[in-house]
Amino acid sequence: MKKILSAALAVLMIVTCAAVFTGCGAKASPDKISIGGIGPLTGDAAIYGTAVKYGAEIAVEEINALGGIQLELNFQDDVHDAEKAVNAYNNLKDWGMQILMGTVTTAPCIAVSSEADADNIFTLTPSASSTDVLGGFPDASGEVTIPRKDNIFQLCFTDPNQGLASAQYINDQKLGSKIAVIYNSSDVYSTGIYEKFAAKAKELGMNVVSVTSFTNDTANDFNVQLTEAKNAGADLIFLPIYYTPASLILSQANSMGYAPKFFGVDGMDGILTVEGFDTSLAEGVMLLTPFVADAQDERTVKFVSTYKEKYGDVPNQFAADAYDCVYAIYEACQIAGIDGATSAADACAKLTAIFTDGTFAVDGLTGEGMQWSATGEVSKAPKGMVIKDGVYVGM
Amino acid sequence: MQKLLKKISPQTRSDFITYGIVIAAFVIIQLLGAAGLLTSSFSGLLVPICAYVVMAVSLNLTVGILGELSLGHAGFMSIGAFSGVVAAATMEATVASPLLRMIFAMIIGGVIAGGAGFVIGIPVLRLRGDYLAIVTLAFGEIIKNIINCIYIGYDAAGLHFAMAGLGDVQSAEALGLQGGKVIINGPVGAVGVQKLSTFPIGFALVMLTLIVVLNIKRSRTGRAIMAVRDNRIAAESVGISITRYKMTAFIISAALAGMAGVLFAMNYTSLIAGKFNIDTSILVLVFVVLGGMGNIRGSIIATVILYMLPEMLRGFDNLRMLIYAIVLIIVMLFTNSDGAKQFREKMKMKLEAKKKTKETGKGGEAA
Repeated sequence: MKKILSAALAVLMIVTCAAVFTGCGAKASPDKISIGGIGPLTGDAAIYGTAVKYGAEIAVEEINALGGIQLELNFQDDVHDAEKAVNAYNNLKDWGMQILMGTVTTAPCIAVSSEADADNIFTLTPSASSTDVLGGFPDASGEVTIPRKDNIFQLCFTDPNQGLASAQYINDQKLGSKIAVIYNSSDVYSTGIYEKFAAKAKELGMNVVSVTSFTNDTANDFNVQLTEAKNAGADLIFLPIYYTPASLILSQANSMGYAPKFFGVDGMDGILTVEGFDTSLAEGVMLLTPFVADAQDERTVKFVSTYKEKYGDVPNQFAADAYDCVYAIYEACQIAGIDGATSAADACAKLTAIFTDGTFAVDGLTGEGMQWSATGEVSKAPKGMVIKDGVYVGM
Repeated sequence: MQKLLKKISPQTRSDFITYGIVIAAFVIIQLLGAAGLLTSSFSGLLVPICAYVVMAVSLNLTVGILGELSLGHAGFMSIGAFSGVVAAATMEATVASPLLRMIFAMIIGGVIAGGAGFVIGIPVLRLRGDYLAIVTLAFGEIIKNIINCIYIGYDAAGLHFAMAGLGDVQSAEALGLQGGKVIINGPVGAVGVQKLSTFPIGFALVMLTLIVVLNIKRSRTGRAIMAVRDNRIAAESVGISITRYKMTAFIISAALAGMAGVLFAMNYTSLIAGKFNIDTSILVLVFVVLGGMGNIRGSIIATVILYMLPEMLRGFDNLRMLIYAIVLIIVMLFTNSDGAKQFREKMKMKLEAKKKTKETGKGGEAA
């Protein structure tokens, strides 16, 4: 009996293998530029991947409606895991991906960007903000241990830039005299921002009175951290974290009767859309963000209304970043004359040259005249925003 | 030849079939790879599959052969992975050959994970049943959270070590490195890991694991371990040292998981502790349970199929995980429900009857 079972399983194995060899999946169509996307569509970080997918889909539809160059997007799930992200990447390669827009989250992107660098596939990530994604930045030892991955570019700010900008901003505007920080020590994004913030704060002689952290496992109760900040007399709390824990911090601080100023970074964007969150608590919260859904310029209004209509939600900055990514790729492809028949390696060489030539600039939802340097970073100014009467207002 | 085959005990024959399947799969894949017939998606799965096969087989030693439910197996994988990464990074200057470096890293990862297995095994193996499962789960989480706090760097002066929570360590700056590199950067994990894992190394590790586990199973030690599983009191009464045999199985299982961790880690340029959480432990446990408790060959086959399945279903987009779950349920029903069991029994009877008539027929001719 065992024999039959194992024989049957062996046959099943061979069949599955055969399916893999022949690549039963659909192939990219040759008359369209094939853009691959990778991000978490399921799991804890699904909200970010889904936003990116939707934002990119809107951009692709708009561009295809223009006639001219046609784009095709294939977005794969990675569950916010480096292993699955690499699997998804290989899957997209078989599909015939020419350009990669991704990955959405940082830790998987570090692994995928190394693969894309080795394979010469042009990569523009909408939201993976660590410098390790790009390579070529010194680590704590002062030396560069990950060499620059030449064909990898970011559309979001890097973590260090956000940390530096936040510290500078708080100091320049004299927003607080005693500063507390609460960050997520199990998160690359949060830790990255915090480390640079701390270094800059020290340099500027800012008075940081309390630094506390939490992990993904303990992101439900912040009374300990808030009590410590309160006892230290902090009048401003810097929150380099995503908006879900931030919303809990705000409501728990409120129930403690503690009302310092709160200052967030781009991950804070979206706090007004948290279900069951009393948005009046977010009154006066400050944040640095590249995108504001309430902005009145024509493009933003159009994007937000299309997004609402199609997906029933207000887009966050991830969706906007993805939208800009697709447009940046589209504009560069137009200049380079890339079409569906260009090989990935050719496209990579041409796009890399265009992105780094110093004249290529893209106007998008998240910034005007965005340009890229050879380090892979984007230059756009973070906007300081404050929440007043439930909407963002420029500071 | 047939006589020779008959002389070999059925158990040994079964072992050799297992080795044969693995070697044949390796040879076929290598040939197809040489002919350029493999898709990049499939080639990318080979090393993780090898790592998960080793994980499943080693967990089968604890769960199937020793009979203790462990929910923290990914913890040992994690310890092995991170110590292997550190070992490989420190040897970068001294050991030129990547293969040798990988082997050393694997040995070091295995030894350290085995050591952790010993330390954790002392309190854990005093418990039984559900309590043991809960405590192993806790240890898995503890390992994850500890590694999240560790900073390790390497420079000309040697290894530097710091831990968040001790003093005011908050970042890798605390290591005080003079040049050199940061290997493990707390919650950021290890970035810039050199990709040293290859499919042949993975295959070698699978074979090593199989040889170790299958031989243990057939040896005196293995029989003692299974006696402990089947009837603890009887085993104790005939003078088998329960602690010793439980420990042996647990440590070997942990060491092999550590080596699998090294193989896994060296396949990606970045590694975070959060990867080795309860989900990974459960995933491996699912491989073991569906492959059959104590059935090593089953573990291998279940791992290969169940690991490849979600990747193959990418074409179904959003329905992917739903279909995966349905397949898991079907497999479970097929192996466990009464109806399916009866059907299998029937088939078995029929087949045996056929065989007998054939054999008697043959005998008649010879006479």
